[in-house]
Order: sequence, then structure tokens, then C-alpha cells
Amino acid sequence: MTTISEIEAPAAVGAAAPKRRFDLRKVRWWRVAVLGVLGVYFVVPLAASFWFTVYDSHTRTFSLSPYGQIFSAPGFGTSVRMTVEVALLTIVILYALLVPAMIAVHLRLPKLRPVLESLAMVPLVLSPVALVVGIQTVLGWGLNQNPGTPLFQLAVDLQNQNFPLILPIVYVLIALPFAYRSLEAGLRAVDLRTLVEASRGLGASWPVTIWRAVLPNLRTGLLSGAILTLALVFGEYTISSILQFLPFSVWIVQDGQGATSGQLAPAVSLLSLLLSWAVLFLVSFLGGRRAVGRTDRSSS
Amino acid sequence: MIRLGKKLGAWGAVLPLLGYCAIALGLPVWALLWEGLQRPDPVTQKTTFTLWNLTTSWHGIYLTGLLTSLRLSLLTSVISAVIGLFAAYAIAQSRGRYFKQAILTASGVLANFGGIPLAFCFIATIGTGGVFLSWIQNLWPSFQIDTFNGLAVVYPYFLVPLMVLTTLPALDGLRTQWKEASTNLGGSSWQYWRHIGGPLLLPAALGGFVLCFGSAFAAYATARALTSGTVPLVTMQISSILSGNVIAGAGENNLGMALALNTIIICALMMAVYLPLRKRSAKWLES
Repeated sequence: MTTISEIEAPAAVGAAAPKRRFDLRKVRWWRVAVLGVLGVYFVVPLAASFWFTVYDSHTRTFSLSPYGQIFSAPGFGTSVRMTVEVALLTIVILYALLVPAMIAVHLRLPKLRPVLESLAMVPLVLSPVALVVGIQTVLGWGLNQNPGTPLFQLAVDLQNQNFPLILPIVYVLIALPFAYRSLEAGLRAVDLRTLVEASRGLGASWPVTIWRAVLPNLRTGLLSGAILTLALVFGEYTISSILQFLPFSVWIVQDGQGATSGQLAPAVSLLSLLLSWAVLFLVSFLGGRRAVGRTDRSSS
Repeated sequence: MIRLGKKLGAWGAVLPLLGYCAIALGLPVWALLWEGLQRPDPVTQKTTFTLWNLTTSWHGIYLTGLLTSLRLSLLTSVISAVIGLFAAYAIAQSRGRYFKQAILTASGVLANFGGIPLAFCFIATIGTGGVFLSWIQNLWPSFQIDTFNGLAVVYPYFLVPLMVLTTLPALDGLRTQWKEASTNLGGSSWQYWRHIGGPLLLPAALGGFVLCFGSAFAAYATARALTSGTVPLVTMQISSILSGNVIAGAGENNLGMALALNTIIICALMMAVYLPLRKRSAKWLES
């Protein structure tokens, strides 16, 4: 068992490594205890699901085949394509709304910051079930109109089975808190005012300023927000299952499970979690030196 | 004149976001309110405005569901808030840059991880036929994952990271100089936490707790996959009424809307508690 958790526990290895440098007498034992217990709690389910996916208790053999079967299972391609499209559209809408608004609030309307901040908190506590029930009702109103009227057509288009436009519209709301947080961290790490004034002073228009001066400096925040949104859309089940669409997460539950004695679903869950974490971690290092340095200074 | 133009331009950049949220959030909530307060008459099939749905949703099995949801969220959010606060403090104190960054990104992913994938991982661990089921049942003989206790074990998996995410900025904002000043003036560690650190952290900690509570209360997919409806939670009741699994008589959909309205009222109460706390916390720690 220990070998498995060692293989599966990059986080725990990372946790142990920096501590070895300290003098043993300086180690605060409560800290080690808290982080150790939490490490076990967070790593064990991941390790156990990895074990569950590779070990067949009937034949007592190991195989990585569930991870290969993911890609050949029927329906995998269509559901993944739809989910990726939905996720991309979500990210585009989200940033088209959020980036200008946050830049404007940072530069000109600081009084609106609490409003934006609380708006970005609402989706965290709002039950997706309640939200989706309301949306279903609104769509139902549209379908109750006479066929041929624009409202009816809009309601039909929003629920197109091949590309349900309603999903990105709702996911923008759900992803708002995480994207807001990532962008806010990015905006705090750069001196936005100086950047913009320099660019404007040299004669660049607003779109050019944002595209060539502001956005490149925000790329870490933008990228991590986008990855979190992608992970969220891939894992989201409540809304799409109640609205009866078949994106990746719903497909896994409905069709994916029967094929491989239940090993497929945990395999996919594990893979998506570790992948999004690894990518996020890498991104935070590739562009995030400045942000990290800043945190260190303020805490020391 | 130029100032005014600048302000107008800034408003033009903010308004699309506000408008989007007003429509995408406001319209569904309005729909719930509208339909939740109506009920078709069983005989004449004429819909009238009534409080019947709401009063029904506060009695009988629906009251049980609401109370079970509240009990589960309160229990798990208290546990997660306390553990998460200690964890965040331990992380804020650590100097390993990679370690800190790894934990922060992992928290971001894990706070998002609630739902189906999480349920699968726990089913593989301590569900029926899970790798660790016999081990945990040695310690806790009555343990089953599809019960209230099972959910209480699983929920902190996404609540603790949420707590870490929300309180870490405040803990990072506690300056070492304050601690040093307190020590130089002869204050003990207890006095520092009692009079300086504690009051500064309290708003952020309570805010994180409120967010955990709201998030636990709103959770649906995890509970659905783990228990398939054996624990009466309000979110499960809503979905089973609306999918027609429950025979609640005429106007059952409207009853579902009223239940959803209840969760929105609770969410609004949460925000009403959270926002003032957030404001107080921001005043000191972000200047």
C-alpha cells in the first residue's frame, strides 16, 4: 500500500522535501501533524482510486488498460468534442466580459470593486440545482410561445442537442468566482496604471493598449483561470444532467460505466484531476515568478 | 468634460458584465419566484397565486430535507473551517516556494473537484468493494458511504481547500512586524492572538466558514452519486420532484420551485452575513 501512495503522491513528496532543510529543533510539530493528517486525507482517496483502476481483484493482475479504454469507448469522441467546445466558448465569453470590466474597475472605478467582488461570490453559494430549475422554467416559457416567434426559436436554439448554447451561458456564471480570483491576483501583481499610461502616452489606442501591454502581463492569471474553467466544465454534472444534455461528465456516468466494470469512471476522474493540477502548477511557475516573489515579501 | 468621458468609457466596460449577470442570474430567480408562488387548482386547472407551495415546503418530509441539509452543511463546514484555518496558517508560515505554490494550485483544483469525480474517488476508496472499506469499518463499524456520516467524511475534501483559498490571503497579510512589536512590548503568544492576530483574522475566517457552509448546502452531484437519494437533502428533493420521481399531486413542479426558492433565500442570508465580514477584513489586510 505504501508503495502506491508514494507513486501517487507528488504533493506529499513536495511537502516533505522543503522541511528537510530545517533544523529539527525548529520544526513546529503541530504544523507537521496538521499537514501530515491532511496529506493522508487528500492523497489516500486518489491513491485508492488509482489502485482500484489498475488492480483486478478476480484475476489478481495489474493493468493500465482502463486508461487506454477511455479513448476507444463509444461516445467518447462526441462527448469530449462537445465539452471542449462548450468550455472554449465559456472561456471566451467569460474573458470578454470580465477583462474589460476588471481593468476599468482597477483604473477608473475603484468604488465598484466591492460590487464586482460580491457578484463573483454569489455563484459559490448559489445552489446549481436551484439555478438550473429556474433556467428550465425560463426555457419552458420560451417553448410555450407560438412556434415561429423569435422567443420560441431562441429557446429551441439554446437547447440544441449538438451544441447547447445554454450550457456556456450558465457555466460563465459558475466559473466567475474562480476566473475573478485568478485575474484579480494577476492584476495586483502588475502596476496596471503605469503600464496603461505609458502605452497611452506613446499614442496607442485603448484596444492596442489592452491587447499588447496589459494582456501579456496578465497571461498567468488568464491561463490559470482558463484551466480552472476547463476543469470545471469537464467535471460539471448537475446542470447538464438535469437539462438532459450529454457532455463528458454525464456520458461517463451513463454510458461509460457499463463497459469496463466501473473502472473507467474513476480512471477519468483521476486523470482529469492530476492533469489540471499539473498544468496549473506549471503555469504558475512559467509566468508567475513575480507573483510568488511578491507573496514571499509580504509574509516575511 | 474629459473626466466625464473617461468615467463613461469605464462604465461602458463594466456594464456588459453587470447586465449579463442581471439577466443570467436574475431571470431564473424571477422565474422561480413567479412559478413558486402559483399553483394550479386540482379541479378547475386554473392557476392562482398562493403561498401553499411555500408553506408545504416548510412541513413534513420537505422540512426534514431542509433540516438534514442544514445539519450536514453546518457539521462539515465547522470541521472544514477549523481544519482549513490551521492548514492555511501552516502553509502561510512555510518558506518553501514550490510547496506553497503546489498547495495553492492544488487547492484551486480541489475546491473545484466536488461533484462526480470526487464521488468516484471516494467510492473506489471506502465505497462498497472499496480498497479501504474494511479498514475504516474496523475503526467505525457502522460506517457506510451512502449515509449522512459517509457524506460528512467526503464533503471536507472540497471544503477544506475552499477554506484555505479564502483565508490564505488574510494570513499572508499578517505582518511579522506586528508579532515582533507585540513581543517587544512583552506580549505573550496568547496575548498576540487574543488581541491582534485573532481580531484581524476573525472576519476572514468567518467569511470562509460562511462560504464553506453555502458550498456544502448547494452541493448536489456528490451526494447524488454517493447516496442515490437515501439521505434526504433539499437539493435531491428538488431534482426528484422535477424529474417526476415523486408523486406530489397537481402542481408538483411549482412545489419544486418553492423548494428551490428556499435554498435561494438561505443563499441570500449567507451573502448578507458574508459581505459585511469581507468588508471589515479587507480594510486592514489589504491596505
